Order: sequence, then C-alpha cells, then structure tokens
Amino acid sequence: MKTQNNKAWFLVLPVLILVSISAIIPLMTVVNYSVQDTFGNNEFFWVGTEWFQEVLNSERFLNALKRTLLFSALILAIEIPLGIFIALAMPKRGIGVSFCLVLMALPLLIPWNVVGTIWQVFGRVDIGLLGHGLASLGFDYNYTQNVFDAWVTLIIMDVWHWTSLVVLLCYSGLVAIPEVYYQAARIDGASRWSVFRFIQLPKIKRVLLIAVLLRFMDSFMIYTEPFVVTGGGPGNSTTFLSIDLVQMAVGQFDLGPAAAMSLVYFLIILLVCWIFYTIMTSFDAQAAASQKKG
Amino acid sequence: MLELRSVSRRVEGEIFVDDVTLSLNRGSINILLGPTLAGKTSLMRLMAGLDKPDKGEILFDGESIIGVPVQKRNVAMVYQQFINYPNMTVFENIASPLRVAKLGSDEINKRVAQASDLLQLSPFLNRNPSELSGGQQQRVALARAIVKRAKLVLLDEPLANLDYKLREELRSELPSLFAELGAVLVYATTEPGEALVLGGCTTCLHQGSVQQFGPTLDVFKNPVLLQSAKIFSDPPLNVANFESREGICKITGEERELSFLRAKLPDGSYSLGVRPHHLSLTPTDSDDLIFQGGVSVTELSGSESFIHFDFQGQPWVALIHGIRNFKEAERVEFYVRSKNAFVFNSDGLAVAI
Amino acid sequence: MASIELKNIAHQYPSEDKSGPYALSSLNELWQDGGAYALLGPSGCGKTTLLNIISGLLQPSEGRVLFDGVDVTDLSPEKRNIAQVFQFPVVYDTLTVAENLAFPLKNRGMAKDKISERVAEILSMLGLSDRANEKAHSLTADDKQKISLGRGLVRTDVKAILFDEPLTVIDPHLKWQLRTELKKIHQQFRHTMIYVTHDQTEALTFADKVIVMYGGSVLQIGTPEELFETPAHTFVGQFIGSPGMNILKANVDGALAIVDRIQVALPGNYRKIDDEVELGIRPEYISLSQTEGIQAETVSIDDVGKHIIVRCRLEHQIVSVIVPEGTSIPDKPRLVFAQDKINIYQNAVLVRPTG
Repeated sequence: MKTQNNKAWFLVLPVLILVSISAIIPLMTVVNYSVQDTFGNNEFFWVGTEWFQEVLNSERFLNALKRTLLFSALILAIEIPLGIFIALAMPKRGIGVSFCLVLMALPLLIPWNVVGTIWQVFGRVDIGLLGHGLASLGFDYNYTQNVFDAWVTLIIMDVWHWTSLVVLLCYSGLVAIPEVYYQAARIDGASRWSVFRFIQLPKIKRVLLIAVLLRFMDSFMIYTEPFVVTGGGPGNSTTFLSIDLVQMAVGQFDLGPAAAMSLVYFLIILLVCWIFYTIMTSFDAQAAASQKKG
Repeated sequence: MLELRSVSRRVEGEIFVDDVTLSLNRGSINILLGPTLAGKTSLMRLMAGLDKPDKGEILFDGESIIGVPVQKRNVAMVYQQFINYPNMTVFENIASPLRVAKLGSDEINKRVAQASDLLQLSPFLNRNPSELSGGQQQRVALARAIVKRAKLVLLDEPLANLDYKLREELRSELPSLFAELGAVLVYATTEPGEALVLGGCTTCLHQGSVQQFGPTLDVFKNPVLLQSAKIFSDPPLNVANFESREGICKITGEERELSFLRAKLPDGSYSLGVRPHHLSLTPTDSDDLIFQGGVSVTELSGSESFIHFDFQGQPWVALIHGIRNFKEAERVEFYVRSKNAFVFNSDGLAVAI
Repeated sequence: MASIELKNIAHQYPSEDKSGPYALSSLNELWQDGGAYALLGPSGCGKTTLLNIISGLLQPSEGRVLFDGVDVTDLSPEKRNIAQVFQFPVVYDTLTVAENLAFPLKNRGMAKDKISERVAEILSMLGLSDRANEKAHSLTADDKQKISLGRGLVRTDVKAILFDEPLTVIDPHLKWQLRTELKKIHQQFRHTMIYVTHDQTEALTFADKVIVMYGGSVLQIGTPEELFETPAHTFVGQFIGSPGMNILKANVDGALAIVDRIQVALPGNYRKIDDEVELGIRPEYISLSQTEGIQAETVSIDDVGKHIIVRCRLEHQIVSVIVPEGTSIPDKPRLVFAQDKINIYQNAVLVRPTG
C-alpha cells in the first residue's frame, strides 16, 4: 500500500511524541544501564554484554523464569477452558443476561493490590474465612509456609480475578453467531460437542486468541498480587520474574543486572506478541480472502 | 455528466476495474448490469470517490474529481442493506444530510415534506426506522438521497433485499423520482429483468470491463458481444456452436443447414445465440431455424412454461406462453425466426447478417 | 417420505401484549407424501414461521403437527428427521466441502463407505467435485449456498426437505440452474418438499401446489395454473403475475358488468351483488384492437424486451395490457377482454357464476 496522503503523518505526530516520551526514552535509559556498571557517584563504566551473560547464566533468573512460565501455563490451562465453559453456560437473552454480565464484571473492577489484600486476609489461618475454615475442617492449610498452598492460593486468586475477562470476551463472540447456525446444526443432528467444535469454536477463535494473549501477558507480568499475598515466599517459591526484578533493582540496587534482566524479560514478551500477531494476521488474511470472493 | 476515461483499479494484483470508459448523462437512469463480482460496486466506489483509480480520469461536468474527498463531492449512495440511523425518527433520518449542510429549518421542513410525499412516507415521519417494513426503510434511505439534491446518486442493488412485489412497485417509481432532480443517476443490478423495466441506458459488465453500453433496449435487442448477450438474458441465453464451410453453415452435430446464413460467413467457427422467448412450438416462417432436443424438465409458472431441453449437449430453455407440459426425455422441436438469432464469431463479436 | 398434516396450528410470538397479533391463525392443512409445495407471500405473512413449526425449530402456541398421521409436535428437529435449507449460507468453516456434506450423515452414524459414496453423488450434482477438499470458508457466497443445499439433499431417508428462500443470495443465472436441478431431484426421488419464497416465479415453477399466505393465514392453495386463472382473492390476483391482475371497480348484474360506465360481458350469470364488487382480468388476457372493444387511452408504454406492457386509462381506472414485442400501440386503442378469463370478486373474495 503506498502512502496516499502525507497529512496522515502530521496527524499521528502527537502520538509519536507521546509514545517516545513515555516508552522509548525510558527504554533507552534501561538499555544504557544494562551495558554499564556503577559504584555510585554517577560514575559509569562500560561493561558490554557482561550483565546479559550473568543474567542468562544465573540460576536465580532461570528459576524465576521457570516459575513464571509455569504460573502462566497453569493460569491459561485453567482460565481459558473455564472461561469458555462459563460463557457457554450464560443465558443468551432475557433478564439473566445483564445480571450475569454485572456479576462477571465485578472482580475486574477491583484494583490489583486490593485483590491481593482481600486474598491475603481471606486465606489467613487465624482470621481469614478460607484459611480458618479449612483449618477447622482439619486441612493443614497455610500459604505462608507451604509452597503448594501458596501456589494454590495465588492461582485461585488469579482465576477468581481474571476468568471473567475470558468469559466476557468469549461471550461477546458467542452472541455474535447468527441463530441460523444453531438451527442448521439441529437439523443436521449435530451433538452438543459438534456444535461447539464446528460452529462455536471456529466463530470465537479470534476473540479467544485475544483472551489467551491478554491472559498470558498479564500472568507473565504478574507482580502486585503475589507481592501482597506471599511476598514471593515461602522461600523463593513464588518469586516470579517481576518480583525478582524489583528485588534486584530496588532491594539490592543492582541496576546493571536488573536492566539487563528487564530487557530479556521485555524481549520474551515481545516475541510472544509477535507470534500472536502473526497468527492473527493469518486469520485476517483468510477472512479477507473469503470475503473478497464472497 | 459523469465521464470515466480508461479507468482501472487493481487490488493486490487482482483486477477490479479494467480500462473502463463511460459517459453517464443526467436525466436518465444509468444501469450497471452484471453478475456478482463483475465490478459494479468497485466502479461505484470509484465514482463516489471512496477509492482512487490506479489509472485514468474521472470527470464531472468536464472537471476532474479525482482527489476531491467524498465529503465535498455531493454524492448520495443507497445500498442493498437498509442503512438508517436507528435512534432517529424518520424525519430526522431524512433531514440528516441537510442538518450536516446547516440548512435553515424552514428549508429542511420543506424538502423533507416534499421527499416524504413523493415516497409516501409522510404518515411515518415521527416513527423510528425499526418500526417500518423493509420497503419503507429503503424508501427512507432513498428519501435521504433525494433531499440532499446530490449531483451524483449511486444506487447499489437498492431493491435486492426487498420482496418481489415491493421491488416491482419501487422499480416503476424510481426512474421518475430521480429524473426530476437533474442528477446523474447510476443503478447497479444483477437482474436483466430489472434493467429492462427501469429503461434508461445499460452498461454490461464482465470481470471489471465494459462489454457494451447504450440505451437499455438497444443493448438487449442488439448485443455486440456474446458476453453481453449472455449477461443480459434471463432465463439464460441459449447458445449453439456452428461451423461455416464454403458458405454452408451447419450446427456442430446437426445435418440441417442454417440456410439464412448461406454464403454470408467466411469459413470458421461461430456461435448462435437465441433468447428463450424467441423459441416457439409452432413454425412461423418458411426459413425458421429448427432446434430439436430431449426435454430435461418443464417449469410451469401459471401462464408460461419454461421448457428445459438438451440441444447438442448444451442446456437450452424455451419460454412458451400457456401451459405446456412435456415428459422427461420427450423429444420436442422448437422454431425460431431467423431474424431473432444472434450470430457471433469465434472471438465472441456479433456478426451482422 | 411422509405426508404432513397441520391441525389447528396457530402461533403467537411471546410478547408483553397477550392480545397481540397472531403470526399464524388456525391452519388446517394436509400435504401429500411426495408433493412439491411452495409457501408464497410477502414478508411478514407467516411463511417462515410455519416452516419452522413444521421442522420443529419452533413450537406452535396451539395445534398439532402430524407426519404420516403420527403426532410430532413435541419432537425436536433432529428426531423429526427432516432437512432444512436456510436463506443465508450456513457452512462449517473449519470443515472441507466434502466434510460439510458428510456432516449430517456422520451425525446419524452412517457407514463410512456409504457416506463417501453419497457425498460424491451430491458433489457432482452441484458441480463442486473439484473443490471437495477445499475448506468451506474460502468459497464464494454462491458456492457456500450450494453446500447448504447439498447438506439438505444429502440424506435420502428424510421425511421432508424444507427450503427457506434458498436462492436469495444466488445470481440470476445460477438461480435457473439450481432451481431446475431441484425440480429434477424432486421428480426423480419424490421427496416431500416445502419451499418458502416471496418470489412468484420461484414458487410457481418449483411447486405442484402453491400456498399463498397473507397476514398469517392461507388465502389460496392451488396449482400454478389455478392461481393464475382463478385467484380466490384479489390479493392473490395482484401478487401473482407481473404486472398482477387488473382489479377494477364494477357493478355486476346477471351476465353483465359495468366498469367506468362501460358494459363488459361476463362468462356466466351472477346474482346481484351489492357489496364492494370488483372485476379481475389478467393483463395477458386483454388484447388491443382497431375495430371492437372498449375505448381507452394509452398512458404509458414499457418495452421490457420479451413483451410490451401498456397502461391504458378507461374513464377513470387504469388497466395494464401485455402485448407481444413489436406491436405498434395507438394513442387511443380499443381493449378486448377475453370473456372467459374474467373473474368477479365480492369484498375481495372470488364469486363463482350461478350458471
């Protein structure tokens, strides 16, 4: 596509300036830090790729990365099917619709740190409803000491907080499917599973992909909730990349390695986004091709 | 007058509009006729200024309008889908282009009253479009095009989503509605029957290029190309291939000579085109052409019979007045006046006899 | 195959207003096994509602539906064993063309080799054989609708095949081809077929019997010829034919009608009718003459290619006349009404002559 009108560039100029102030300049600062060392006094020494090598070879980083990936994988494995399932179960018309939608939207409206605090209190063995309840039922539940319990708590919390997003996205895709598809499927004698497999899933695959992308990014970058609930513990068992990064940069003031680490972190996210982008544009190309013919 | 000079448009290597030269006049309706994907909508988008041609000139009253943005062109467009503002009354819907143009409320009231009278919408002015029938909704869209007093009115299959009878009704009203406005009126349709009822001028389109352009009846009765005869035929044109050898013409597979063509064609392959309503079960003239074939199916419409038969491997159809039912595989002879047969050469060009 | 019987079918769409209009009002019909029926009427006449009641997609608020005498009113569409084709193409995007056609068979557990045999038959019938393995979403709207049709035709054991304006999105030329194809299939296999449309040509050419509907009730059931020659209602007369039947205000006494102070001879004797009386005659059954007939004035002439439509004014009322192509039309022609083609209507309903 050739540029048809140079005015367009003029119109996007404000955005370009804004983005460069808010994103590009800070990013370049990080790049700057990642290749230098400092001992205070604003004195910097060129160290090349040393920090990158250190970060990539450090067990601490790799463990945090593994934990984060595992966390994201678990989140996706639970929230996506659960979200689809709930979306399918929601009413398509009637007064139940708005009730369900409001109910679904509620957790999304609560700020991250509040969510963390809620669950932190909720799960406490001494005063929390969940923690105390489980304890009184004889379960040995304690998220501050048991690694498994800590993970379960974080995952349940995230599922509680974010499954609604998947539900809402899938629901929007589902209600857009014309009634006639369901009628045709009934006439064709399709089972409930076939209807899902051959009508609903293909029709919502686009929004589903967006849901997967959003949930991956969010869970991969999760910080506030585990920070509030577990603080990364017990031990380092819930120290995800983001928590590790902050500990390194703010706690230990290791600016160089922290900068290198954030860049690696950034690149991983960029890579994932690119993969999603490629898949989605191929969907679009298919859709465009069929539309042009049709 | 709207003129297109050698206008072409490609999108990603695919030809949408191919070297189109046309001049469309005020006062009469200009029909773009062709099947889906023939380039009707692409052409209209170029006329409206929604797309830019890769090549060629588009002139309105002698002035180039390429590069003039749509908003400044004074164009009105009506689509196949009924597009109205759902949360405005019918009155506000019709008045919307006038509000944009910041006309005084007296003028707006006057024009809306005029247009709604013309389209029989006056009783519904305070309703919402959703409370109207499909035909009325499309009338609202048409009224909006009328009040705007646009210089160029583009109607893209505006009746396609309407009931058959309603279509007939609006079809007979349309040409006169717009004739008085002095706008250049362009109307796209896939249906030959619609073009014939609307009259005016017709452009036959095929794969983005113009096959034939002229007064509608003239294009219908005197096709210059096999392709335009095919496009402008409903039921489909009947086609038979024939050979000319030393002045004697015979249809491939037939022994009978096409005597009316004797010594008129140089040697070569040709094809014969016959419109279904020109076939008759009884001879009318001594040099009638005779086509014999086995009936595949007969459709009766109450007053007419469509007899589908196989002629030399080609599907043919005859439109016969009255109810004539034939059994499957029954052999039937049809007669055609020689003056009603079109002859095309191997390049698909009409040959005058 | 099965006969279809409707007993006191009525339907009202749920709404706040319980006294609201019925989409269908008390229908009693018996449709023969193996017949080709068309439901014809303008949009909103209830034809699609009726079709969905027969297929089971909709539960009627009153009445019963019987297939071969068996009450199926409470059965779901899949249990009723019918096929239905919809107005807009419905394809399973992720499946290939062949898989789409196989879908209804597979769901009913047909043997694999039988399926592929049947699918191949349908593919060649629709001219889609060379695209069998393409994904359905990449096809044009025309081809997608062919697949929809194919899925309707692929099952051989269905009780009935229902069509809901299946050719709406199809280009005119392909319409002819698919319609004749359907007609051939019907003649060959004698499925009970019900075809819903607003297009008179489609209805008349497809069906043995056409059911004309208006405002939720049936106005007339008849062969195409009956609907054309003796419409039971002025609406039917005007709806069928293009242009439709001329309906002229008249006074009738005995074998004479007075239209615009002009006497018209009728095909039989009528008793004296005082209500609103109209005379109906098809434009096809009026001819122009130099010497005899009713004096008229030409208002407009439309040459539509295969024939010419002339609109003439009698004293007040306008009549349409169809004359063959190439006829020369005088400014003041005389009109001859074919006597035995005249119908008389009382309050819009057909009245038969008494003798």
